Amino acid sequence: MSETRVLLEHIDVPDLHEIEVYERLGGYGARLKRALTELEPEQLVAELEASGLRGRGGAGFSMGKKASFIPKGSMDKYLCCNADESEPGTFKDRLIMQRNPHLLIEGIITAAYAAGANKAFIFIRGEYVHQANVLERAVAQAYERGYLGEDILGSGFSLSLVVHRGQGAYICGEETGLLDALEGKRGHPRLKPPFPANQGLYQGPTLINNVETLSNVPIIIERGADWYRQFGTETSPGTKIVSVSGNVQRPGNYEISLGIPVREIIYGLAGGPPEGRRVKCFFPGGSSSPVLLEEHLDLPYTFEAMAEAGSMLGSGAIIVVDDSQPIVPLALRLAQFYRHESCGKCSPCREGTGWTVKLLSRIDSGEATPMDIELLASIQENIKGNCLCVLGDSMAMPVSSMIRHFRHEFEEHIERARERSELALATAVGAEELAASDWSGSA
Amino acid sequence: MSPTPLDQGHPGPMSGRPSRLRGWDEPADLSKDPAVIPDPAEIDVPEELRREIEEYMARYPDHHSAALPALGAAQRYHGWCSPLAIQQVAAVMRVTPAYLSSVATFYDMLRTEPTGRRYVYVCTSVSCCLRKAKDVYDAIVEAARALGVEDVDIREFECLGACDMAPMASVDGRYVGPLTKSDAPEIALALKEGRTVLPGRGLEDPDFRLPWQDAEPRRADDGPGAASPTSPDPDAA
Repeated sequence: MSETRVLLEHIDVPDLHEIEVYERLGGYGARLKRALTELEPEQLVAELEASGLRGRGGAGFSMGKKASFIPKGSMDKYLCCNADESEPGTFKDRLIMQRNPHLLIEGIITAAYAAGANKAFIFIRGEYVHQANVLERAVAQAYERGYLGEDILGSGFSLSLVVHRGQGAYICGEETGLLDALEGKRGHPRLKPPFPANQGLYQGPTLINNVETLSNVPIIIERGADWYRQFGTETSPGTKIVSVSGNVQRPGNYEISLGIPVREIIYGLAGGPPEGRRVKCFFPGGSSSPVLLEEHLDLPYTFEAMAEAGSMLGSGAIIVVDDSQPIVPLALRLAQFYRHESCGKCSPCREGTGWTVKLLSRIDSGEATPMDIELLASIQENIKGNCLCVLGDSMAMPVSSMIRHFRHEFEEHIERARERSELALATAVGAEELAASDWSGSA
Repeated sequence: MSPTPLDQGHPGPMSGRPSRLRGWDEPADLSKDPAVIPDPAEIDVPEELRREIEEYMARYPDHHSAALPALGAAQRYHGWCSPLAIQQVAAVMRVTPAYLSSVATFYDMLRTEPTGRRYVYVCTSVSCCLRKAKDVYDAIVEAARALGVEDVDIREFECLGACDMAPMASVDGRYVGPLTKSDAPEIALALKEGRTVLPGRGLEDPDFRLPWQDAEPRRADDGPGAASPTSPDPDAA
């Protein structure tokens, strides 16, 4: 099965990160000038809405709608590009930023014009050192050519763009956590409402979009919503870069037309699990999505189909787990991640992730009783929907899906571990008795 | 009572068990006044660090936004976010040391203990873990210990966003992978000698390819329209 390359069309062109190469392939120049001078911001927003482009960061909210929520007026408005790609399994934005930074920058300029924002920020995770360097260089090139700064291409529109490096915190990928981090605080999520569209960065209206979402913007504006809608399905239009990782033969980024079966992505593009192995389960949208099973492999890869199957498309990161992997250590590793990354602001998440790790380690080390599975499941239910942001749910959903699908494995794990410890105890007691009888015998 | 300066900073609240965190059970000295914004006349800030921080402050509408990059700069200069580093940043940014400590203790990449000027983050998150990253981490730690590698902070790290090259590690920001246990001695040796770790196997290296990309080029597999379509194939929709 083939990829459908729209965003990644030119990704293999050497030196694409250089502005000359990008311009030669049709970037900036006339395309940007048309967007900024011939079209009104309302037309851009309408085109984006008509394209049906949905946020590629995880929530899948309509990009055009989000932009239309930004109030009109002369106040300072901001655009933040969320490049804090930290969802385990996701590495698509890294590819765009490293190889095609100008596509992202052009997307930011166009989207900022549509939303009426004059200050833009790219919040990139601190671990992406090389990608941030590439971006900074690209931004400097764009300033030099007059694509950023005052009165861009004679349109009267001005925009400043700053690359802001994070310092390592998963929670900064949450949009309000990102805003706090950008304001120089601990990256704590905020209570919503007010939504960032009304009150975001520095209390101003703020449009926040993912790297992949923004990179789609120049292409949609150039070729039109109808052209874009030829890819994908009615409700999940367009293409999507899928990051496939875990137990597959060819992990990597693959751009697909939304709606192709999951099997084609995992087996056709990524080569399937290693020889002689089967898919035990997979995360369809990053580690925060509930796991799906082999029987779900023939579902179309769309936002709706994944949701109907009880999971989500999320960031489009498919993590494949093959049948050689025991589920308990995997659940434990997953929970440890969320415990580590929980910001601690609200208690269901802070305490819940801690408890989940405690219980899973107990199960893993063989000190648990079958009742602990119930407790584990009930903790997950108490986290869901009770947190300030989705981090708590992001652990509770996959962990409870693992308990649901693989309960027998948890039970077997506990039983086997208990047998082992009973055996060890019996051996110890036996040795003691033997020692005692030896002593009495010799006395 | 042993005083615990507010600006001393202790390890991130999110790492390890509480009992292992230094200073968690030491009482704060309540008789002492809280640290105020340091007097620039009393704090000697190296010129290049001051200039870098001021540059960051000028980038944002609100100078507080410079906290993260400024602490990062101070860490590069001092090796970690030491009490002195925090004092210096506070003096330039005109904020309290406590505010900066609160920020520094939140983020994984800011070191609040002198664990090493250089770093090796070995990703042991879900995708890497499925490909035996824990073994790689253990092997690197063991090899570094055997060689007596110093001033390098080798630690497990959460997903670094490079699951295609799993298991992988970030050596001072340079991503290398896919790794196996047998790479560990070479990594440790390169760290000790201050060389580039695994040249040619870094994500940013010009000729970087994943092993399976060489074995089975994607283009051959995908058909003519897929690799670089001038006009995308409508049949694919």
